[in-house]
Amino acid sequence: MPEETTLVLDEKGMFRVMTRIAHEVVERNRGATDIALVGIRRRGDSLAKRLATLISEIEGHPIPVGALDITLYRDDFQTRFPQPVVRKTAIPFDIERRTIILVDDVLYTGRTIRAALDELTDFGRAKRIQLAVLIDRDGRELPIQADYVGEHIPTTPHETVVVRVREVDGEDSVTIERTDRGQGSGVRGQ
Amino acid sequence: MEQVQLRSPHLLGLEELTREEIQLILDTADSFKEVIERPIRKVPALRGKSVVNLFFEPSTRTRISFEIAEKQLSADVINFSASTSSVAKGETLRDTVRNIEAMKVDVVVIRHAAAGAPQFLTRCLTHSVVINAGDGAHEHPTQGLLDLLTIRDRFGRVDGLRVVIVGDIAHSRVARSNIWGLRTMGASVAVCGPPTLIPPGIETMGVEVFYRVEDALREADVINVLRIQLERQHGGLFPTLREYARTFGITPERLIHTKPHAIIMHPGPINRGVELSTDVADSERSVILDQVTNGIAIRMAVLYLLNRGGDDDVE
Amino acid sequence: MTSNRGPARLTDGRGLVVIRGGRIVDPASGRDEVGDVWMEDGRMIERPSDAREETGGRRPFVIDARGKVVTPGLIDMHVHLREPGREDKETIQSGARAGSAGGFTAVACMPNTDPVIDNAEVVHFVLERARQADIKVYPIGAITKGERGEQLAEIAEMVDAGIVGISDDGKNVDDPAIMRRALEYAKMFGIPVIPHCEDMNLSAGGVMNEGVVSTVLGLKGIPNAAEEVIVARDITLTELTGSRLHIAHVSTAGSVVLIREAKRRGIAVTAEATPHHFSLTDEAVRTYDTNTKVNPPLRTARDVEAIQEGLADGTIDVIATDHAPHTIDDKAVEYDLAPFGLIGLETALGLVIARLVQTGTLSLMDAIRKMTVAPARILGLPGGTLEPGAPADVTVFDPDRQWRVTPDVFLSRSRNSPFYGWTLRGAVEYTIVDGRVSGWAMPGGEKT
Ligand SMILES: [Zn+2]
Repeated sequence: MPEETTLVLDEKGMFRVMTRIAHEVVERNRGATDIALVGIRRRGDSLAKRLATLISEIEGHPIPVGALDITLYRDDFQTRFPQPVVRKTAIPFDIERRTIILVDDVLYTGRTIRAALDELTDFGRAKRIQLAVLIDRDGRELPIQADYVGEHIPTTPHETVVVRVREVDGEDSVTIERTDRGQGSGVRGQ
Repeated sequence: MEQVQLRSPHLLGLEELTREEIQLILDTADSFKEVIERPIRKVPALRGKSVVNLFFEPSTRTRISFEIAEKQLSADVINFSASTSSVAKGETLRDTVRNIEAMKVDVVVIRHAAAGAPQFLTRCLTHSVVINAGDGAHEHPTQGLLDLLTIRDRFGRVDGLRVVIVGDIAHSRVARSNIWGLRTMGASVAVCGPPTLIPPGIETMGVEVFYRVEDALREADVINVLRIQLERQHGGLFPTLREYARTFGITPERLIHTKPHAIIMHPGPINRGVELSTDVADSERSVILDQVTNGIAIRMAVLYLLNRGGDDDVE
Repeated sequence: MTSNRGPARLTDGRGLVVIRGGRIVDPASGRDEVGDVWMEDGRMIERPSDAREETGGRRPFVIDARGKVVTPGLIDMHVHLREPGREDKETIQSGARAGSAGGFTAVACMPNTDPVIDNAEVVHFVLERARQADIKVYPIGAITKGERGEQLAEIAEMVDAGIVGISDDGKNVDDPAIMRRALEYAKMFGIPVIPHCEDMNLSAGGVMNEGVVSTVLGLKGIPNAAEEVIVARDITLTELTGSRLHIAHVSTAGSVVLIREAKRRGIAVTAEATPHHFSLTDEAVRTYDTNTKVNPPLRTARDVEAIQEGLADGTIDVIATDHAPHTIDDKAVEYDLAPFGLIGLETALGLVIARLVQTGTLSLMDAIRKMTVAPARILGLPGGTLEPGAPADVTVFDPDRQWRVTPDVFLSRSRNSPFYGWTLRGAVEYTIVDGRVSGWAMPGGEKT
């Protein structure tokens, strides 16, 4: 049980942050003509869909969205127990010559993004890949950084960042849960 | 929520699988069907794992299907067939397999003419996973699973369907695996063939027995037609293939009084004009090619699910 | 092979021996009482008047049997000792020692050795080897040369050499005309013909009982009818020829009915059943354990029940083990490829007590009858009784002691038992052959 829970973002806060990222994406890529979003299951793909809606509202045309299940590309799956459920990857567009924006909820060790990059590469050669995350909580184990960050929250391993999204959890929120025992597992709900 | 896992480290048959376990394999296979459609049909899930396909009976189809599944999961694949091996020199199965295991093989996929050979292997081996790719007339679990997946694809469910298996039930491992899997998943099952090809006590497996094919087909949603083997004629189990074809062959005429949506399955290879007429095999009702594709997805799912982490990680 | 189980050879057979205070069960005389049993110089005797234990006179070797059962030495009329030919599986000596550990003082060995016991020379060889064995070994000769079912073996010469019956065990005598001639020919020696009843066409390719379990396992079945059609045939031929038939290892309910009916009609037929056929069903095959592969196969619960009824009502006269040793390598193969057979000498008494006597199916008296005087009479052997004048062959066992079957309890060269993990009741303490006393430690050395 968490000793202490701190609310970082509520529903409004999440909307505000997502809207800002949408603007940054359009700004940085000078429009959104070649852009497609790919969310990392399970919560990243909900965020990607929302981001696509926000961007298409700004740009006035639909933005393609896909979803990646990186289970088969994990470098820890042979030692994890219980075994993660394999869900479908769905990339309903050609990634060649496009700018792909990978979307995930929390950036922590960087290993999930490494697996996602590997998997994405198997679908073809994108022109450019960028990374958008709702929360950057530090603790990287690989040289990976996000291009768009909703909130930067420095945390210790005793803390867990919990992202809830409407589509999966029934509500939008980001909280930090602190436990005394030094075995906080990082991101929960992956 | 409690996550479902396969309880056994091996896949020996569908008799011992629960509904939840079968569901897990089918759901996982569904995800793998997408991998098969990718431009690069390869995922690194079994990188560094070695799989040996130990085929003591010739079976090109099943072996190739396993091999594709293994390679798409990035496993190292070794093929070993009885004709090119030390088995021809009289080495026992136990010695053959122990030698193979000494080479640090993670998974042994075995096809063998003797029922129970995979069970026997699990007693010879200390750490490898055993997958049964067909043992005598006992079980062919991945075939049973791919048949379930094909049925579920077509109907969206297995529960409540009527499945009729026609042909040589006595010598068929496909029939047995299908019966266990279908019964566990809630289908009602009937078998149909001449009494000489219906094994004693099959009713206790939860199936109805028919000797007249017309009666059997009437309520069928799925008609699974088994391959009839010429040897059985020589064994005196029926007089001639011609008479068999006339009495039990699935022809367009025999399908007139069946449900219009009823589908036709066959584990292959087909004896066209004997157990199945060409018109039926190539008709809209036939899902035989879907079975082949689903075979790869099922085998990927099984390989993936059985290659979980070591027991050290169990808390 | 050495074992900490013994035996300890306690006497050399000469002089006086007394077994004190045991429950004496002697079916031949109908005795079931607590008392003493005396023997001298290899023969059973009345209590000698000059015997003294404390003071002068002749001092007997004393066995304290209080709380134990004292019976005539057990006789197993159906074993395979594998010598000559497969001494890696068993020898006459190792098989005899296993028999002694199991409480047997005599066995009759089947002729399907290599070479087959089908002539006087091989009979002499077996009897020569038997002289060094712990217990008595009586050879059974083949019915046909090489057990090939074509031509009668030299039965008269084998009888002169010492066989006690004829059998092509392991194989059926397919040709009914040959079987008829064998029955006729055997009449002049007064020896029984012991058929292994199996229609080879009906059983072809079969590896277990045909039924629900074979269907589930996908193994080829052997129907009950494969046994019963030959039992019926051989009963009919016995009636025709007026000779003596002893049907080996009865396994089906139908055979029991046929034999019961034949006996009712006065045909000279006797029959035996094995401990595995009254203890196990084909459910035991479910794990594909090749130690359950045996011929005739383990049948259904209905058959097991019928065998037990047949034992209870006297239709089945004898309990015999069909002890059939095979090496670990022989059995460590696919079920289809494994040889038929399981070892039984060392578990027989424990199964009889646990599965027949304790359950009330047989009285101890009737159970012992089927393992002593009944086989002795069928084969015309001396012994099988504790009456004065009989050979001093005696078995002493603790009827209440339980023990667990583990591979290390066996003195047989082979380990192919389907009973691992079972707890049996009845532990042999002494086997006495011609007055020579062997003492046995507990199987496995443990008390439970
Ligand atoms: Zn026999």
